[in-house]
Amino acid sequence: MAKDGKGPSDWFTEQLSDLKQDMGQLEDKLRGAGGQGNDSRGASRTSASARISQPPTIAPPPTIAPTPTIAPPQVAPPITQPGTPAHSPAPTPQARREAPVDARAPSPPPPPRTVTRPTPAPRRTPNDGGYRLGVDVGGTFTDLLLIDEDSGHAFTAKVPSTPDDSSRGVLYGIERICAEAGLEPSSIGRVMHGTTVATNTVLTGNGALVGLITTKGYKQVLQIARSYVPGGLGGWVIFNKRDPLAPLELTIEANERMSALGEVVEPLDEAEMADEIAKLKGSGVEALTVSLINAYANGEHEQRIRSIAEQVMPGIPVSISSEVIPEMYEYERAETTVVNSYIRPVVSTYIESLEAELNSRMNGVQLHILRSDGGLASADAAKEAPVNLLMSGPAGGVTGAIWIAKQAGYENLLTFDMGGTSTDVALIEDGVARTRRETRVADVTVRASSIDVRTVGAGGGSIAYVPELTKALRVGPQSAGAEPGPAAYGKGGEEPTVTDANVVLGYLPSGAKLGGDMQLDYAASERAMGKVAKAMGLGLKETAEGIVNIVNENMFGALRLVSVEQGYDPRDFALVGFGGAGPLHANALGKLMNSWPVMIPPGPGVLCAYGDATTRVRDEASRTFVRKFEDTSDNEVRGILEELAETAAGTLDHEGVPRGDQTTLYQIDLRYAGQAMQLTVDMTSDDYGSGGLAEAGKRFNAMHEQMFTFALETGHELYNLRALVQGRESSAKAETLATGGADPSAAAYMDTSVYVEGQDRPAKIYDRALLQAGNRVPGPAIVTEMDSTTLILPGHEGEIDAVGNILIRPVG
Amino acid sequence: MPAQIIQTNNTPFRNVDLDPITLDIVENALRNARDEMDAVLFRTAMSPGIREQHDAFPMIANQDGKMVVGQFGSFFHGFQAGYDGTIEEGDVFLTNDPYFCNGAISHLNDWLTMMPIYIDGRIVAWGAMFGHMTDIGGKVPGSLPTDAAQVFEEGVQIPPIKIYRKGVLNEEILELILRNCRLPEWNRSDFNAIIAALRMAERRVVENCERFGVDEFVTAMGEMLDRNKRAMGAILQQVIPETKQYFEDYIDDDGVGMGPYKIACTLWREGDTAIFDFEGTDPQSISSVNFLLNEEMFKMFLGAFFINMFDPQILFNDGFYDLVKVRIPRGTILKPIRPAALSCRTHLLGRIFDIMSGLLGQGSPDALCAAGFSDSPHFMYSGYDKNGEWYQLYQIGFGGIPGRPAGDGADGHSLWPAFTNVPNEFLEAYFPLRIVQYETIADSGGPGLHRGGNGLSMGYQFLEPGNISIHDDRWLTHPWGVNGGHPGARSNKLMVRADGTEEWMESKCDRIHVNAGDILYFNTWGGGGWGDPLQRDPAQVSLDAQRGLITIEGAKRYGVLLATDCSVDQRGSDDLRRRMAAERGDVQLFDHGGTIEELKARCKADTTLEPPTTPVFQKWMGASKPPKLAEAAE
Repeated sequence: MAKDGKGPSDWFTEQLSDLKQDMGQLEDKLRGAGGQGNDSRGASRTSASARISQPPTIAPPPTIAPTPTIAPPQVAPPITQPGTPAHSPAPTPQARREAPVDARAPSPPPPPRTVTRPTPAPRRTPNDGGYRLGVDVGGTFTDLLLIDEDSGHAFTAKVPSTPDDSSRGVLYGIERICAEAGLEPSSIGRVMHGTTVATNTVLTGNGALVGLITTKGYKQVLQIARSYVPGGLGGWVIFNKRDPLAPLELTIEANERMSALGEVVEPLDEAEMADEIAKLKGSGVEALTVSLINAYANGEHEQRIRSIAEQVMPGIPVSISSEVIPEMYEYERAETTVVNSYIRPVVSTYIESLEAELNSRMNGVQLHILRSDGGLASADAAKEAPVNLLMSGPAGGVTGAIWIAKQAGYENLLTFDMGGTSTDVALIEDGVARTRRETRVADVTVRASSIDVRTVGAGGGSIAYVPELTKALRVGPQSAGAEPGPAAYGKGGEEPTVTDANVVLGYLPSGAKLGGDMQLDYAASERAMGKVAKAMGLGLKETAEGIVNIVNENMFGALRLVSVEQGYDPRDFALVGFGGAGPLHANALGKLMNSWPVMIPPGPGVLCAYGDATTRVRDEASRTFVRKFEDTSDNEVRGILEELAETAAGTLDHEGVPRGDQTTLYQIDLRYAGQAMQLTVDMTSDDYGSGGLAEAGKRFNAMHEQMFTFALETGHELYNLRALVQGRESSAKAETLATGGADPSAAAYMDTSVYVEGQDRPAKIYDRALLQAGNRVPGPAIVTEMDSTTLILPGHEGEIDAVGNILIRPVG
Repeated sequence: MPAQIIQTNNTPFRNVDLDPITLDIVENALRNARDEMDAVLFRTAMSPGIREQHDAFPMIANQDGKMVVGQFGSFFHGFQAGYDGTIEEGDVFLTNDPYFCNGAISHLNDWLTMMPIYIDGRIVAWGAMFGHMTDIGGKVPGSLPTDAAQVFEEGVQIPPIKIYRKGVLNEEILELILRNCRLPEWNRSDFNAIIAALRMAERRVVENCERFGVDEFVTAMGEMLDRNKRAMGAILQQVIPETKQYFEDYIDDDGVGMGPYKIACTLWREGDTAIFDFEGTDPQSISSVNFLLNEEMFKMFLGAFFINMFDPQILFNDGFYDLVKVRIPRGTILKPIRPAALSCRTHLLGRIFDIMSGLLGQGSPDALCAAGFSDSPHFMYSGYDKNGEWYQLYQIGFGGIPGRPAGDGADGHSLWPAFTNVPNEFLEAYFPLRIVQYETIADSGGPGLHRGGNGLSMGYQFLEPGNISIHDDRWLTHPWGVNGGHPGARSNKLMVRADGTEEWMESKCDRIHVNAGDILYFNTWGGGGWGDPLQRDPAQVSLDAQRGLITIEGAKRYGVLLATDCSVDQRGSDDLRRRMAAERGDVQLFDHGGTIEELKARCKADTTLEPPTTPVFQKWMGASKPPKLAEAAE
């Protein structure tokens, strides 16, 4: 990061005043949303991967070196004129990745249908050793990371976000970072981007109006769902079910039937289907979903219906369940496919617009979108199956954490990403995030692979209260959200939040440099805290510490879910804290979990950009193949796995990833015959070749034992087969800091006091930008930086490593 | 003689002064532990009943056996009173015998395991888990014979035994038990899963004691119980009047031709104490619809209901039990005498919730819910497939959640916690059947300002010859509506044979033979309506019609006239509503859809089935003196 900034050019000032104007309008919103640890995970930002942690700055962040080396005329027009979504060429017919599926077929199994995959000409292959760019758009800042693939050298930049049209901020950032690196934007070959557009579409409920086509007799599949009523015994008294995302009045039925083995029981009545679809014309339907019973075993009828729909209602995108998720369970498949339809138009528009803007500057650049499972999808694949992007934002943080921790030499991690309203945690083993076949956003659950991120409704904005009846202190899940936000933000919030507790305890010092001109309102936090203190009969600071302890306990529960409950010992893991509020609470969580070191990577936004930029291109192809071991053979399964691998590899070919750089992993979902759950056994092609199904069964037994304390002698059953193909890892290296001695005092800029374990204790505040590698910061201490504040507890010490992480460990 | 607890360390726990924050943290830690028990069980069990439908319930109790976190209250007191032996470290107890634990579990299918959790030679807590086994032997597959006259016909009875003695599995007993089950592998695997869940509870309790200290942990559990008691005490004072409230409801029949059976309850409060008195309830049945109701379990139902209604943040546990007295006369259908059969107690178990709702609602009509899906209907299908392999399906059905103050009842959902349906694609992949219809029944939800949820119609097409069982209720009496809401539609079952002949099936029947191609439409009932249907927004009525949840004809019951495109005829509707309001008169608190006599009189016309005959109670049933057999067995 260049720190020798010259004065801003006129052009820069112009841009800035433009941005200031936008920001002025958004300031109120963002201040609530963007305050310390209080970014709402809602519409107010475009990437959940950045936990906005400080009040927004109006001034350009000092870390940007405003080098006026780019000729203004070249740059100004596209930036000052918000990009209208450019018309991009009609999407090429998307490859059908899914191979045929069949369930428990006795002999003979239905003949496999051919995989129809158009083989388009590979796109421009980026020059070997080109540049790749990671972009993370947060509510306040847009972070960029440029990697020179030859040297591994990286450049970073941080610019204000432009929430009304985020591509403006992105393009501005690209100009800055290119200027800094001294290269032309056109030399960037790939842009990697994590986005929360898909998530926010679900959260804000502004997706497309979706029409649904089901098998006759199954119209109410989403209305009935799984018949589940949450809330325990008597939970029905207060349970109000949300309406399906595809309204029942826009759901029609097809006269057709497949058997569980994929045989046609009743052929599709095509003429009647066309009439039925015609009735949806004029209803305002913007997207169609086809989800037929047993379509996981044979998707022919779904494909036929899509053709009919494309004729009857041209221009309306059609998602079919046998392509989006060819897996058993009709409700989950229908819901997943409907969610895909629901978010598809919004996501397509966003990606197309960004693509067009990028192409206007960097002709032929490849845009990749980070998927929920931490892999990268091409822009086309992302538009086709946006249901895979629901956790794109959090995945950026996790993959970034993996990457930066690897630079520091840690590969077993618990990630702890605490935002304003919720906290995401995940477990990383040997540098690989656990994934699961389920993605949840609010009360929407879909069957799509995502990094196994568990979310708890606990964040900086979580409100503390004392119910009349029990007199227990509760924290959350209600949140002060973006508006009005914690009391400390002085935006009219009066409820005591976790952030207010941090203020009262001195963890968020009101006199400290908090990035920008906003002052925390200590008195307001105290007033808010007073309410709870009174009800509890405790002092203000005691109460505040109680609130912090309880919210920590909630997050501890989530961390246990991903670790202890899965059979992992948290003592074998380092805890990586990020997000707006993560660095404040991470040390305490480390104590609870006994996970050391607690690692605080530099800058949460940069972290996500790192994740975006360093992730590998990935595709997978899967097939449900329900068979007991004795009813199939090593060879039959190998044949399917190879076919799936070839399908996935084709996608990477299309992305310009040479075969030599591709690696393949087989994933075999197994269970004991009779069980409902499956565990995924990972095997390389060599592993499978030498050990076959027997080896897979052995590995399954070991996993079952680890997770559930017992293994059975019951036979094994295959469920899903998957092949995962990835491009090679990025050679990027993290920036290194200047090395200094153990003494950090040069970075200390203020004395303060923090309240820990019932006592006020003197502490120092450090400026993170001034810390050097090798510095050891003794707790209690507070380390501030642009968009984050770290708390080091008494009895602990934070060591600065070569790449700028703070590694906190107990002393002695 | 009660069980004798053996501890090598009898130091009493020290009651420590706990700061409220630690208490809250322990509470959270225990909530988490309970969730983890569930997670382990559901993932590793094999029977669809547990793994898909989640018919299993965990508990962690304090050192005295009071439930601190859990679902169905403590099983412990019933067990301890009935078990005549020692309790030692490493022991795990197993029982399925309701008569041995005063109904802590209520039929033989529910296997209850309990484990004392020791630290340093002292019991600090108890873990328990029970789960419904798909089959435990007996005269019919599924072990739920409606026509059983004695418990001996219902499968293997397991009095409380040490299935693990000092940590060692008693394999011989386990094998003996499994030998009596039709699907031993399911039982074995479900049993393993339950034990794994108990071990999880044990680990969590031990970890928490390490973290907070044993005395602190034990004190915290005590405080959690007190906290609940204080909160519930306040609610009881607010909502239960000192004047007596009376309510009665029915199960329709006993599966052997008699019915309905009345459940009567009177509720009042004396000072701090709420009293539920079931005097007036009918004597026990000669079939298996009896429900051995545990008083503590009833309290737990009550607690769950109150907490959800008044403050869901209250931790649900046994703390308030001293504040409630429950009196159930011996020999009634809620307190049958051994060896009365018990397997089909599900109808009464469900109906208890309607009783509770009706009783409490009289004290606070605003909080009153309508009658709902107060049952878990069962469907069973078994036989030998083409390859000569035995298949056996046990499935729980769902229906209409009642209209409530909070809003409309959900369509085709479960009143029972954690239950989910079995995906039809799963059924079709593993059983010789096809589900040709899976939708809710238009107009079956009771009209109201808040509509009752619709019942569910599930069409089973059989692909192999076999036998089926149907266990359902509310075919004669209606799920009642409240505060002006109408009753929901009743259940029915239509068999369409492969040759096209149609047959309305009894609500409770076993061993019905089916052939390939036959279709059974299993139609459950709708929830009662809440509030005046004439006040419901016509736009919402129109939307319900567009969605096919009600019909255009059905909309008239809301006083709404709809055109064929479901648009509202505003003027016509206004007129209709005026007319209906005038004819109806005052809004009634309850609408049962007719008296028992009226319902019986039009039974044949309404349902094509003969009305059940009035139960003839055998002399000894419910008499003060039990018969010799019962006496001997007790």
